[in-house]
Amino acid sequence: MTTVLVFLDHAGASLAKSERELLSLGASLGEVTVALAGDADQAYLDGVGSYGVQQVYRPDSAAVSEVLVAGKAAFLAEAVRTTGAGIVLLGNSYEAKEIAARLGVRLGAGVITDVVALAADLTATKSDFAGSYTVDCRVTTDVAILTVKPNSFDAIEAGGPSSPHEVRLPVDLPAAVARVTGRVDKPVSGRPELAEARVIVAGGRGVNGDFTPLEALADALGGAVGASRAATDAGWIEHSAQIGQTGKTVSPQLYISVGISGAIQQKAGMQTSKVIVAINKDADSPVFEIADFGIVGDLFTVLPQATEEIRKRGL
Amino acid sequence: MDEATAGGLRIAVLVKHVPDAQFDRHIGEDLTTVRTESILSELDEYALEAALQLVEAHGGAAAGHRVTAITMGPAAAVGAVKKSLQIGADDGVHLTDEALTGSDASATSKALAALLRHLGPFDLILTGMASTDGETSLVPAQLAERLGLPQVTFAASLELTPGDGDRTLSARRDNDTYAETIESSLPAVVSVTDQINEPRYPNFKGIMAAKKKQIQVLSLADIGLQQDEVGLAGSWTRVEAAAPRPPRNQGTVITDEGDAGVRLVDFLAGQKLL
Ligand SMILES: Cc1cc2nc3c(=O)[nH]c(=O)nc-3n(C[C@H](O)[C@H](O)[C@H](O)COP(=O)(O)OP(=O)(O)OC[C@H]3O[C@@H](n4cnc5c(N)ncnc54)[C@H](O)[C@@H]3O)c2cc1C
Repeated sequence: MTTVLVFLDHAGASLAKSERELLSLGASLGEVTVALAGDADQAYLDGVGSYGVQQVYRPDSAAVSEVLVAGKAAFLAEAVRTTGAGIVLLGNSYEAKEIAARLGVRLGAGVITDVVALAADLTATKSDFAGSYTVDCRVTTDVAILTVKPNSFDAIEAGGPSSPHEVRLPVDLPAAVARVTGRVDKPVSGRPELAEARVIVAGGRGVNGDFTPLEALADALGGAVGASRAATDAGWIEHSAQIGQTGKTVSPQLYISVGISGAIQQKAGMQTSKVIVAINKDADSPVFEIADFGIVGDLFTVLPQATEEIRKRGL
Repeated sequence: MDEATAGGLRIAVLVKHVPDAQFDRHIGEDLTTVRTESILSELDEYALEAALQLVEAHGGAAAGHRVTAITMGPAAAVGAVKKSLQIGADDGVHLTDEALTGSDASATSKALAALLRHLGPFDLILTGMASTDGETSLVPAQLAERLGLPQVTFAASLELTPGDGDRTLSARRDNDTYAETIESSLPAVVSVTDQINEPRYPNFKGIMAAKKKQIQVLSLADIGLQQDEVGLAGSWTRVEAAAPRPPRNQGTVITDEGDAGVRLVDFLAGQKLL
């Protein structure tokens, strides 16, 4: 049976949805072992155990996380050698892709990023050219390294919580590395993570600095709030909320685009959403070309009315 | 690559010739990217701008600093280098060889690493955060691994503290949950995001000056690589099929007549999205 090594970066209070998806995907491919870069609480480890994981590998020093990427790649390479894993699964964050990149060179193994589906023979499906192509590709080396997009696989627990066995691995850090000298946590919004959200309400230059009507609708729908680059550049919302070519790519069930014109770089991040709704004052905005439901109108009247209507219907 | 040049900074900026996203982009029957209507990847313009700003902040060409624009790709890819020279790079290099066609990230990083070793040493290797065609952002990290250099990737700001032989690079990068500050010695591989600066445009003076700048053209043999180490043969992944996604059908577009918010909720209810 193939050993599947799932890389988990730094543990939160409990397993994130995307982490649960990775573990389930792993379990469908073989016997899952976890490589965990940082510290974790018992509850988190028990969660990992509920996916049938019996071994969690950890680096024997905190130094792997004090340097940029190279340390975690070295640790993961060691974990692959120790476990003899044939498949390595990682999340799809920029850092996860970079760890995968360096790991690939270390192991002489192919890397496929942005995987949204995987056949039994490991043929991976992904989008190309900003969602305008669907591409099937395969790793041709013995070990396959895949970074998996959130929301692409179901999370199915194998059983109840159980404590996996912890194994410490010695890691040789590369000599030349960049050091992380400071880390400032960002405020947490209480809303779902953009990449994992089922519903996203995204605002652009049209919101003119006021995201409150979007936040109200997002909260009524249990969704996340995203933005175009124009809105993040203006400083109206965190840069990490940016959706598009140089921000996040998302594929929620529902994407509500508000006061966004729909430039190619914005579409790049959202056009694989299941259902797209667009609200824009300008009937000629390109965003309407890809909207399932478009409203030519002023967001400051349309959104509050929609939010109020959802409340009225008791939904 | 180890001994950084003591005097002026030598900066390599990797620039890619990519299909223009303003047009429909295609994958050909041979399953490689169709490269007509291609341009200098706009994400690489930020790397070039970062290089020019670093150099300008530390005395410019007069201080012996040099910015070299480097590309790999078919004959037309030299366009990315020419544009870089117009914008302000001092000289250019074009690695071109039939055998490079279809290289994946691992083969690309192998070829670029060999090229940089051949041309080096450089103090700094700058790249964009991702190519706008492959979009994997694997290459900068793979280059760092292959060259045994520190990587400072997704830099949203970049500063260089000059010193004699021990220059330090500081950068900031944003993550979903935290912002990091990073420090590195040189030489290093650095990729930058579109947050870092506003790239300049080529002006008339730059366009004229570019005509006199040198572009060195190299083949695989020149940098000591075998044909089967790169291209489709040297890649560790293979594209098996590619199909254009069916275009999204335009749905209903209504004009607000005072009830659009209610009609939106009706639509969501109809789609079972509430
Ligand atoms: C290298 C590069 C990378 C980029 N990456 C990204 C990226 O990742 N993500 C991204 O989004 N962009 C990106 N961009 C920028 C992109 O090209 C566009 O400039 C940007 O998406 C425009 O944002 P916008 O639609 O919010 O603003 P605009 O294009 O100014 O559109 C604002 C819209 O709001 C509408 N509007 C105004 N007031 C109202 C109102 N009261 N009610 C309803 N509608 C209203 C207007 O009709 C207009 O259509 C990138 C650009 C470059 C060059």
